[in-house]
Amino acid sequence: MFAYYLDLAIRSLKRNPVLTFLMVLAIAVGIGASMTTLTVMHILSGDPLPGRSANIYYPQVDATPADWHNKNPLDMLDYRSAVDLWSAHRADRQALIVDSSVKVRAPEANLPPLMLTMLSTTSDFFPMFNVPFEYGSGWTPADDENRARVAIISGNLNDRLFGGKNSVGKTLRLKDSNVRIVGVLKPWRPSPQFYTVVAGNYANGDTAGFYGKPEDVFVPFQTGLEVNDGAFQQFTCWGMPSTPGHLQNSPCVWVSLWVELEGAAKVASYRDFIASYAQQQKALGRFTKTDTRMLDLMGWLDYNHVLPSDVKLQTWLAFAFLAICLFNTVGLLLAKFLRRAGEIGVRRALGASRRTVLAQCLTEAGLIGFIGGVAGWLLTLVGLWLVRSQKMPYSDLVHLDVAMFVATFALAVAVSLLAGALPALRASRVAPALQLKTL
Amino acid sequence: MLKMTHLSKVYRTEVVETYALRDFNIDVKEGEFVAVMGPSGSGKTTFLTIAGLLESFTGGEYVLDGTDVSNLGDNARSKIRNEKIGFVFQSFNLIPDLNVHDNVEVPLRYRGMKSAERNQRIQEALERVGLASRMKHYPAELSGGQQQRVAIARALAGSPRLLLADEPTGNLDTQMARGVMELLEEIHRGGATIVMVTHDPELATRAQRAVHVIDGQAVDIAEEPRFHAKTKRAEAIAEGGAV
Repeated sequence: MFAYYLDLAIRSLKRNPVLTFLMVLAIAVGIGASMTTLTVMHILSGDPLPGRSANIYYPQVDATPADWHNKNPLDMLDYRSAVDLWSAHRADRQALIVDSSVKVRAPEANLPPLMLTMLSTTSDFFPMFNVPFEYGSGWTPADDENRARVAIISGNLNDRLFGGKNSVGKTLRLKDSNVRIVGVLKPWRPSPQFYTVVAGNYANGDTAGFYGKPEDVFVPFQTGLEVNDGAFQQFTCWGMPSTPGHLQNSPCVWVSLWVELEGAAKVASYRDFIASYAQQQKALGRFTKTDTRMLDLMGWLDYNHVLPSDVKLQTWLAFAFLAICLFNTVGLLLAKFLRRAGEIGVRRALGASRRTVLAQCLTEAGLIGFIGGVAGWLLTLVGLWLVRSQKMPYSDLVHLDVAMFVATFALAVAVSLLAGALPALRASRVAPALQLKTL
Repeated sequence: MLKMTHLSKVYRTEVVETYALRDFNIDVKEGEFVAVMGPSGSGKTTFLTIAGLLESFTGGEYVLDGTDVSNLGDNARSKIRNEKIGFVFQSFNLIPDLNVHDNVEVPLRYRGMKSAERNQRIQEALERVGLASRMKHYPAELSGGQQQRVAIARALAGSPRLLLADEPTGNLDTQMARGVMELLEEIHRGGATIVMVTHDPELATRAQRAVHVIDGQAVDIAEEPRFHAKTKRAEAIAEGGAV
């Protein structure tokens, strides 16, 4: 019967091309607007480490003085706590993280120096976060200990400095120090750039910066502190740092620590570890509080409200617009179906049940939804192109993946079926006797 | 075939109750051709819509082809309409967007019949009404008489046990009306049970018997057929054969 319903639906749509066009347009515009914003939201709210994020944690201890009445530990760690926790090696993997701006030059390349962001981290960073390599590999734990003068660069920087060729073994000058390139990354674009996410609670929804591109230069943690000494920024301090930019012994928080813990037992054990560390530090008089916290990766992103508030607002507005389009479609379908009350009466007389009429009308609504979905998909592509053409940190991320492509059609058909439900129900309730008497 | 006993149909509003049919009794035997007559507003069309299961009734009993249809749900009523009843309306009620073939096909589609059988039945029904050559024509391309013939073909295609006709010649000129009536008589001679609503006494004389509906009641039922159509059933009865 579906083929028959479809045939009747096609005939019906052809019969009233203007009305059909208006309904398809209403659905297409609503779908285009909502899918554009939903796609942006989908990309920005996705899991940056699918399959692994549940094992990645962000431990925090509180080194603030007693007169600081912060509800939770601060978003970053002081240097000593971070290095103590990292040095204990109590997690499956652990990475210290701090970024800074650095002047970069490749002696072999005849190019002016570049000011780039450098991430000082530890060797576990690359396997822990599934960072892909084009050439070479990460540095070793021994390089961390020995403050080796090695670096890993992004594929983008490799293209700029070395024309995309294998630059492993070549020299890079960071500020006034030379480092040897040991690895070149493949294109890597986690969304958001989760490992540097902090202070989202104070951003008032202006969190687009969390979706920037990863750093171009990665060096061992202590190497970075040495070669770029004086260039580090504190997150917050409870006293003035004695040497600006050199924060190792300052009353400031400015370092992050990420750990990988597989299984609930290890997580519980690590929680105990940081709690006992806090108590120990309090006993030593370095801490005044014993508050600790450890959120998993997605929990940390939630806590920081990473999704920009304007994206949320746009999504709500787009769906409100889709609702208006839906109400318009309800009206148009109602008019269309009830104008055919006479024909429905005849069909009922010839043996069509209410359910049959309902199915026929819903097939027609679904067909309109499918056509609206095709047009809506095209409008979504236009909408995403417009988003990409804007200078937003996440513009380059925006594309329609398979899931959202399928969702476009599913939403279009669902919306049209929803819009068609009431008109179809009304049409199926047409009293055939009354219609046949008045024909 | 069609038996209504003490049937009533009441239309209720907040302030008034209107009896369209009141203590209505009728018994149409298989193979009969019955004319239902009456002035406008007497309830004859209401009778026809109830007989065709297009409308429910308020009280009484209605047995159609041995089935008490009083408490049937919409699906069951629709199935009976589709399989046992054929309708012929005054205003033809063809679907304007469908050609002759597709109009006749409608009830067969709802019966879930296979394509080959549908096409065979459509061909036979249209040949029977003399319009097999107009299969691809649309209703607007046909005369009123031809449209009514298509409507009759549509009613016949499903081989119904009962043909209900509501003023089948009401919208036709004399010549076309005569043609349609001859067709109905021919169908009746083929063994079909026909109930025809009309207010034309001359047309009523073409039926075997007439039932008058006045103020919602069937009265003045002529027990003896005024017109003795030689039906196969009547012939079988006369010959003492099996019915």
